[in-house]
Amino acid sequence: MNSLHGLLEVLRADHHRDRVVPATGFTATLTTLTAAAMAFLIVFALSLSFAADRLAARWATALEGTATIRISAPQDQLANQVERSLAILSETAGIETARALNIEEQQALLAPWFGPDIPLADLPVPKLIAITEMDGGFDAQGLRLRLAAEVPGAVLDDHMRWRKPLVRAAQRLTLLGAFSILIIALTSGAMVMLAARAALAANAQVIAVLRLIGATDTYIVAAFVRRFAMRTFVGSCLGVVGGGLILLFLPSETTTASILTGLRLQGVDWIWLFIIPPALAAVAFIATRFAANRVLGELS
Amino acid sequence: MIDLENVAYSYGGGELLSEMSLSIASGAFYFLTGPSGAGKTTFLKLCYGALVPTAGQIRIFGNDVRGMSRDEVALTRRRIGVVHQDCQFIDHMSMLDNIALPLAVSGNNTLAEDANLKELLAWVGLSHRAKAFPPELSGGERQRAALARAIIMSPDVILADEPTGNVDWEMSERLLQLLLELNRMGKTVLIASHDLSLIRSAKSQVQARVLRISNRRLQLAGANL
Repeated sequence: MNSLHGLLEVLRADHHRDRVVPATGFTATLTTLTAAAMAFLIVFALSLSFAADRLAARWATALEGTATIRISAPQDQLANQVERSLAILSETAGIETARALNIEEQQALLAPWFGPDIPLADLPVPKLIAITEMDGGFDAQGLRLRLAAEVPGAVLDDHMRWRKPLVRAAQRLTLLGAFSILIIALTSGAMVMLAARAALAANAQVIAVLRLIGATDTYIVAAFVRRFAMRTFVGSCLGVVGGGLILLFLPSETTTASILTGLRLQGVDWIWLFIIPPALAAVAFIATRFAANRVLGELS
Repeated sequence: MIDLENVAYSYGGGELLSEMSLSIASGAFYFLTGPSGAGKTTFLKLCYGALVPTAGQIRIFGNDVRGMSRDEVALTRRRIGVVHQDCQFIDHMSMLDNIALPLAVSGNNTLAEDANLKELLAWVGLSHRAKAFPPELSGGERQRAALARAIIMSPDVILADEPTGNVDWEMSERLLQLLLELNRMGKTVLIASHDLSLIRSAKSQVQARVLRISNRRLQLAGANL
């Protein structure tokens, strides 16, 4: 109940009380600058986190619902093995379509590495069968076993082998971004707490006067907490504006698809920037309240 | 109003005050005297709950100080006006705001802007210094401002620690007259002072009890001050 009263007291604006703590001093500048720097860092941690999240989502959905069968066999057996594979696929539950890529399609796939004029017909290049899955997918393990038994040159690739570690890496980057934000917020809290303790020590006379005239701890704490929460809010607004402007001028992800060029926030993600100043102010609120209560206890 | 029963106070291993018993009656006028370092300030701090006795019992308005929380002590202190010799103020606030601060602290923000405040400033002769900041004031002005701040909440008791310590004789007399006037209004006044001429001057105008701290103990001083 006392905590709730203290909280409401801090939230209540009181222009007399708000003037009790001096508006200037090194702790004021330190708090504002720290909040600005921390907010700036949070903006970039946030954008990194969102970019990694988008990448993870893209990689997770890329080629999702598709698979490929690669058939490597002597030229005289190739057509037969392709035909046999298609027959097996047509009998496999969960497969929507299966079709062998024609020579032009395979040429297009190899063109980035060998150029457009590669004489594919003269080379022992494996044959590819593109598979589209139904919604529920198919039994990849069962299909592999059957292909191994009936089509010795066929290898099923459901793309999970290379997709999974990439998605996992991108998800870890997302978590790293979120963890960084948490660390920055905690560091901000610690910095504000130190600044608040310094301010309380520097304003020992103010506290002595307030106690002499009958100010309760709640009143004194509220005076300091409001001051520090406001300084943090103003500082973090500056940091967010700075970070936001830099993000705004970063190249857009739509021009080149890479995490390095995809740091710019997209769509509703920008709303998160508006949450940073009040969130940091809340951290400062808790940190200063804790520091003030401790200092007042020590002064008694 | 304030009752002390076999009170002792020790600090740093040494006993500063011992076996002190006193009942501060409503409407009375007291002087507390004794040599420098005798423990007058410590005694006053015990009387307004800034210190807790190491032995004995102090009841302020019927409440045992030892059982009071910090906030309860703070609320009790609103009924006690304290004037210190060093007159601490909040230096970045104007004199007017400093004097009105007890009202703001107790939630009477509208009263803090009231016309009564100006009357109080006129009463202590500081109307022309309302907008000045504490460091700009002379010693006498600071003492009168401290007195104004101490009485703005219309406290039941006024405790003054060497209120004339930093001022000349004329200003001492003026401050004494203000305190005597408050006593005539029914306020209990206790002044700690080693200024015997001030005490003699007061005794000629009011029925004052003079207490002396000697050898850590409280005694009632006789006629031979």
